[in-house]
Amino acid sequence: MHLQLTVNGNPREVDGAWEGESLLYVLRERLGLPGSKNACEQGECGSCSVYLDGVLVCSCLVLAAQAAGRDVVTVEGLAENGELHPIQKDFVEAGAVQCGFCTPGLIVATHELLARNPRPTDPEIREALAGNLCRCTGYEKILDAVRAAAVRNSRA
Amino acid sequence: MEVLQPTSWGEALAAKEEHPGAVPLAGGTDLLVELNFDRRRPETIIDLTRVAELNEWSHVNGGVRLGAGVDYTRVIAELASELPGLAIASRTVGSPQIRNRGTVGGNLGTSSPAGDALPPLVASGARIELAATSGTRVVPVEEFCIAPKRNVLAPDELIAAIHMPVATGPQQFSKIGTRNAMVIAVASFALTLDPPARSVGTGIGSAGPVPLRATEAERFLEGVLDEEGLWDSRGQLSEGAVARFGQLASEASRPIDDVRGSAAYRRHSLGVMAGRTLAWAWDEYRGTL
Ligand SMILES: Cc1cc2nc3c(=O)[nH]c(=O)nc-3n(C[C@H](O)[C@H](O)[C@H](O)COP(=O)(O)OP(=O)(O)OC[C@H]3O[C@@H](n4cnc5c(N)ncnc54)[C@H](O)[C@@H]3O)c2cc1C
Ligand code: FES
Ligand code: FES
Repeated sequence: MHLQLTVNGNPREVDGAWEGESLLYVLRERLGLPGSKNACEQGECGSCSVYLDGVLVCSCLVLAAQAAGRDVVTVEGLAENGELHPIQKDFVEAGAVQCGFCTPGLIVATHELLARNPRPTDPEIREALAGNLCRCTGYEKILDAVRAAAVRNSRA
Repeated sequence: MEVLQPTSWGEALAAKEEHPGAVPLAGGTDLLVELNFDRRRPETIIDLTRVAELNEWSHVNGGVRLGAGVDYTRVIAELASELPGLAIASRTVGSPQIRNRGTVGGNLGTSSPAGDALPPLVASGARIELAATSGTRVVPVEEFCIAPKRNVLAPDELIAAIHMPVATGPQQFSKIGTRNAMVIAVASFALTLDPPARSVGTGIGSAGPVPLRATEAERFLEGVLDEEGLWDSRGQLSEGAVARFGQLASEASRPIDDVRGSAAYRRHSLGVMAGRTLAWAWDEYRGTL
């Protein structure tokens, strides 16, 4: 199958993809973008979260063909000019990253939350990140990182 | 494997007629799991996400016609006042990522007794519009699901839309599971009060082979509300009436023991949820004097 889509602002083409492949597989295995993680392939962990036409989705649950002609933004697309995105810095500074496997999905989900709601309350943060699992941190430092990002927003 | 990508409803129906074995794909939150785990390997998939008609809702005959492809996030954002029960249930589905993709049509297509959209549809008397190139038929939601994961869709048919009356009074939904998010219901209960019609609707999820109605509980509550003139007075419902309603709702279930919970727990929790949803809904009704 031949596939054309926009990834992180660039038009990309994929040849020879199998019709049953997920968008996650295409990103990681065909386009060399391993930022989106493959942990469960069943929508449970959120580590494959990306934007599809501006909407937060689990890329493991999107059939690659469904993304044809669409606009995809992955965690790799958030950093600018080789500089970490401020949310990424907040995660590093808060100690919200241990093994790091959940981090890309949480960064994309946090990015989406703050774009919608720049100063979320704690319950709103918990609700927005309910689909992202972390086996390491116990979530407290992740919440700290998101709170820090929100504070940064309220100063800006 | 072949993926067909119709861009209009007519094309989608023609594709289904030509490939009766083809599996429709909407948000993919059920189907992709099956593909990823090799539990299903259909020869043909019909991707419905490019069919604009399916992603729309409109007012038809005083009700809402909800396109099968409208996702939960939009039900919550756009229909909370007209279809409050369905919107409350939609808020409990999965996670933001799942609600952004998952659709009410997909929930019907899967026909799991645990589907969270189904009890509110039952409680409000939803009717499901099924279409084929040869024509359209409308079936009550209670006749749509016939067994766990089985429904009345013919091989050449697709789910076009869900027809629901606009709420005329309070609606509620309650679901029990091990976590607040990302949980398949152990049991769930939906309640619709229709004050102008003096009627009560119920829907039971995850406690029977298909979503069920608690008909006796409905008739009992209608009787109490009529006899005591409570629709008009908006007076307090007695604790005994609330408890009896819960008990009848619990008795209407046909649960089994499975990994998520025992039949006894399901019965018990349904009684509790029915009583709670009634208390919430009645408080809301009293507050809207
Ligand atoms: C992590 C996770 C959490 C979940 N949590 C919940 C939950 O809390 N509550 C809940 O109820 N469900 C839950 N689900 C299940 C799923 O999200 C829902 O059943 C959802 O409504 C499916 O919709 P979809 O559009 O993604 O369906 P798809 O996966 O695209 O399709 C589902 C089925 O419906 C058929 N279908 C779809 N559209 C049509 C149509 N127009 N005509 C005919 N057939 C059609 C498909 O062929 C398929 O058999 C969860 C799933 C995941 C992965
Ligand atoms: S890999 Fe997609 S949600 Fe876990
Ligand atoms: S840091 Fe290891 S899973 Fe979250």
